[in-house]
Amino acid sequence: MSARAGDFDEHISWGISMEQLVMKAGGWFALALLAAAAAVMAADSGFAVHMTIVAATGLLLAALTLKRADYGAIIRGALKMPDQGRYDDDMIRWGVIATIFWGLAGFLAGLYIALQLAFPALNLGIEYTSFGRLRPLHTSAVIFAFGGNALIATSFYVVQRTCRARLAFPTMARFVFWGYQMFIVLAATGYLMGITEGKEYAEPEWYVDLWLTVVWVCYLLVFGGTILKRSEPHIYVANWFYLSFIITIAMLHIVNNLSMPVSLLGSKSYAAFAGVQDALTQWWYGHNAVGFFLTAGFLAMMYYFVPKQAERPVYSYRLSIIHFWSLIFLYIWAGPHHLHYTALPDWAQTLGMVFSIMLWMPSWGGMINGLMTLNGAWDKIRTDPIIRMMVMALAFYGMSTFEGPMMSIKAVNSLSHYTDWTIGHVHSGALGWNGMITFACLYYMAPRLWGRERLYSLRMVNWHFWLATVGIVLYAAAMWTAGIMQGLMWREYGSDGYLVYAFSEVVKAMFPMYLIRAAGGLLYLAGAIIMAVNIGLTIAGRQREEKPMRDAAFDPAADRPLQPHAA
Amino acid sequence: METKTKSKFFDHGRLERNVSLLGIAALIVVAIGGIVEIAPLFWIDSTIEKVEGMRPYTPLELAGRNIYIREGCYNCHSQMIRPFRDEVERYGHYSLAAESMYDHPFQWGSKRTGPDLARVGGRYSDEWHVQHLKDPRAVVPESIMPTYPFLAERDLKAGDMSGDLTALARVGVPYDKDAIAAANDDLKAQADPNADSTALVKRYPKAQVRDFDGDPNRLTEMDALVAYLQMIGTLVDTKAAAAQETVR
Repeated sequence: MSARAGDFDEHISWGISMEQLVMKAGGWFALALLAAAAAVMAADSGFAVHMTIVAATGLLLAALTLKRADYGAIIRGALKMPDQGRYDDDMIRWGVIATIFWGLAGFLAGLYIALQLAFPALNLGIEYTSFGRLRPLHTSAVIFAFGGNALIATSFYVVQRTCRARLAFPTMARFVFWGYQMFIVLAATGYLMGITEGKEYAEPEWYVDLWLTVVWVCYLLVFGGTILKRSEPHIYVANWFYLSFIITIAMLHIVNNLSMPVSLLGSKSYAAFAGVQDALTQWWYGHNAVGFFLTAGFLAMMYYFVPKQAERPVYSYRLSIIHFWSLIFLYIWAGPHHLHYTALPDWAQTLGMVFSIMLWMPSWGGMINGLMTLNGAWDKIRTDPIIRMMVMALAFYGMSTFEGPMMSIKAVNSLSHYTDWTIGHVHSGALGWNGMITFACLYYMAPRLWGRERLYSLRMVNWHFWLATVGIVLYAAAMWTAGIMQGLMWREYGSDGYLVYAFSEVVKAMFPMYLIRAAGGLLYLAGAIIMAVNIGLTIAGRQREEKPMRDAAFDPAADRPLQPHAA
Repeated sequence: METKTKSKFFDHGRLERNVSLLGIAALIVVAIGGIVEIAPLFWIDSTIEKVEGMRPYTPLELAGRNIYIREGCYNCHSQMIRPFRDEVERYGHYSLAAESMYDHPFQWGSKRTGPDLARVGGRYSDEWHVQHLKDPRAVVPESIMPTYPFLAERDLKAGDMSGDLTALARVGVPYDKDAIAAANDDLKAQADPNADSTALVKRYPKAQVRDFDGDPNRLTEMDALVAYLQMIGTLVDTKAAAAQETVR
């Protein structure tokens, strides 16, 4: 890849000619004008707000392009090249910060809506702060903003290091990062304004979906392109998982979001499918957002960072092949277990249940491969707080991938469906597996990305670990109790042959559970704040004076791409 | 990392050295499940049972449904009654696939923080709904639902409903040309007891025509939402199905 303009980076000011500069600034300006025109002609106020955001961003980018250009270099005609002897880590540094930022935002939103369920006055009686609008904000913030940024950042980190090559298409890689943040901002502000497609985890409207599609295709090109220019003969197993995650999410996103806009200048659209077909398409998407976004992608993180931190090779190469292909094949079938006993045809429900149960095995294949990587290094759980986090993540992964197949059994599901048990299940996976493994990866990457000897404090990692663990235990225990109570109370008959409880009595009985859940969430958020401080001070170059703990060794000299043989 | 015994037929090492091959193989593997499970739902006739009474939403009901979606009601309310004794006694006849055949998107929901709404239509009075939406705890003290007082204060700005009906017609909802042309008039007529609603009721059988929010002078968002809530689950005569059961 020849040197191209690095849009957002002043550390490496790449060469750019005057014509290119004018074209680029002009392009952003034209985009701003187009968006401003759309804002003026918008059919609804939400669309107008969104187009105003786009226009403002376009103007900002045009101004930045002109302001940051290295005019001296243009005049001299000299092209400054980025250092080809180092990995292209700018987006990864931004990604680490974005992951922490969106994580805090998402956890805070979660805590707030948890409190709303205990104290409804917190809905404040205005539309922007009601549970119905904030809940999608919470789910999207943690899954797509926190999880998505973690995935993009780690995938760029891992693919370069396992391929021993710099990222392909560096300009596009920067676009992927900023384009994805734009998607998050448009989605989040849309939820607050009530712009939604009304399908869980696929709430953004048609134009935001189109934007994400563009960003995602660029992501695939950067990721696949980097693998193509690799210096290593084999594609490392983590990259199989990242690749399948990127491809499958593209497929799911496009099919589930097919919709007919009412106007090209308005936010509202109607889903292409209806009723039972729409339901299964949605849960095919919804379950595999879990399966590929939150499982395959995060397993990829596990496959790189656990062996690195443990300083041991992956336990079994054959197991990784078997569980990779069986996991991605079986996961796709599991969607119908979200629709047990509904108007979905029985054959589809049963098929979904059978595949969900089979899915238990490849899921545990991943857990076993991760845990057994510690073979011969088990003592590090005691001495290394980052390893401890990874092991806890894998333990929660194992627990929730056992619980999931169990809940997909129709008899169990008849009790658990529609209750808080589902919420408990999701959070033991999300807080325990996705959260913990992400925190561990961030702690691993931060000192290496900013060239620090070590984290500000490993003991604060330990604090984070315990706060998060206790938080999850409170959360999951409260929701299991709440869910099973709801399921049993709803179906309880008295000796007179009538239902015992009115619905409202069951709502009232949930109050203590909802309080305990919020307390768990508060602890989890507190842990994340400690992480933000720790990583922030690490970036600032500070080191806390403390009794040392074990950490994996780091050799900056080895952390470089292989140079092509002298041409 | 080399496998020691290489199969003549398949060598996984090839996939590990060729990213295009790996990507295509992964795409094929992940595509199968969806194709086998979802595609047949579009052509197996028995997926959606034939029932009497289903019709597309009136423009006012549709505007109300859009408010239901906008406020995220689906986050806490399901619209899918399962065929269990307790659910049927609590909420009414179990939901049929046909009852959501015009729902773009479906709103079956996944969580019952509040009760199921699949047959809420006709269960409470309009006044109850208005009170409940303005302040749920005024009528159900244990409720944890947010308050929606602004619905009654805001004029319904549904925009040009013919655009909405056109979009729905494009994805297969049987709105004819007349229905699309009359969309904006129908929207107003349904909440106006003094308007001539014969054409509306002819187009949309069982459409309920009245002022819904207690303020006949204004067409508010509350009118639309209550009109929608009052029609959910009322179109299909579920008692008609009982005759097919064999009594032993």
